[in-house]
Amino acid sequence: MTTAACFIIASRNDIPIYEAEVGSAAKREDAAQLPQFILQAALDIVQDLAWTTSAMILKTIDKFNDLVVSVYVTDDRFMLLHDSRSDDGIKSFFQEVHELYIKSLLNPLYLPGSRITSSHFNTKVGALARKYL
Amino acid sequence: MIGTGKIKQYANVLDKPLGKGKQEVSLSAFAFLFSELVQYNQTQVDNISELETRLEDAGYAVGARVLELLCHRDKGNRRETRLLGILSFVHSTVWKVLFGKVADSLEKGTEHEDEYMISEKELLVNRFISIPKDMGTFHCGAFVAGIVKGVLENAGFPAVVTAHFVPVEGQQRPRTTILIKFAEKVLRREARLG
Repeated sequence: MTTAACFIIASRNDIPIYEAEVGSAAKREDAAQLPQFILQAALDIVQDLAWTTSAMILKTIDKFNDLVVSVYVTDDRFMLLHDSRSDDGIKSFFQEVHELYIKSLLNPLYLPGSRITSSHFNTKVGALARKYL
Repeated sequence: MIGTGKIKQYANVLDKPLGKGKQEVSLSAFAFLFSELVQYNQTQVDNISELETRLEDAGYAVGARVLELLCHRDKGNRRETRLLGILSFVHSTVWKVLFGKVADSLEKGTEHEDEYMISEKELLVNRFISIPKDMGTFHCGAFVAGIVKGVLENAGFPAVVTAHFVPVEGQQRPRTTILIKFAEKVLRREARLG
């Protein structure tokens, strides 16, 4: 069930504070940076869309070939590039990652907007991805 | 073993559940902590406005975290996108969580379009603080102003927030007003969203 997916948390000023490759698809040599490009391009769309709705999850906002971008907006943007079809799984994934993010944000020594470097955070995101995607 | 509690020990803070947040902290403990905070900052700065800035920065950090936590806990993951929405959120929910009651009043400024005021008869943080005459216009409510600023900015409504004393007829101690002045782009966005 795991599919190729790239997950990025971008801060309010569009600076990525966390990136992860989840999924087991083989990396394509010629397009190694492709996920990052697609997600950066989607940031513009997110900015406009974020102010039109008060819900937090914006479903699918952009398509690229057969890959789909889904976004979850709080003050930071959680962006997921994937090709799976389960909407509910994605929603639960986003909510769990949001909880993880809040917990690391509550650390008074963490400057909001700086990179998240904890390896434990990494492991947990990976586990969640395998569980929900 | 003496003192073995029922609390499960978690290996890492990321594993601990977020909790319902029904905890209360004793007022005196907070008052001590806050007074230490102010005194420490007093030794680090040369003038009053720097002291206020430092208190504001401390409050800003609190505000950023309070916003995320409350959105997740109380509002079931719905964000505020409108100005009045975020203001009433600050005025009731944030105040309730931090001080145990809603703020006394929320008013729109009459002179400028972008000014709003939250008033309180006596700020909790100021209850045990008296300002010496030579400190003039210094206001420890700068800490609370920082909290409000943190909440607003991290919700996408950048603003300048300050705390002021407003003398009121018939009352011994002046009322405290938190003045919120929103940035240009917030007003433009509000106008666009209609």
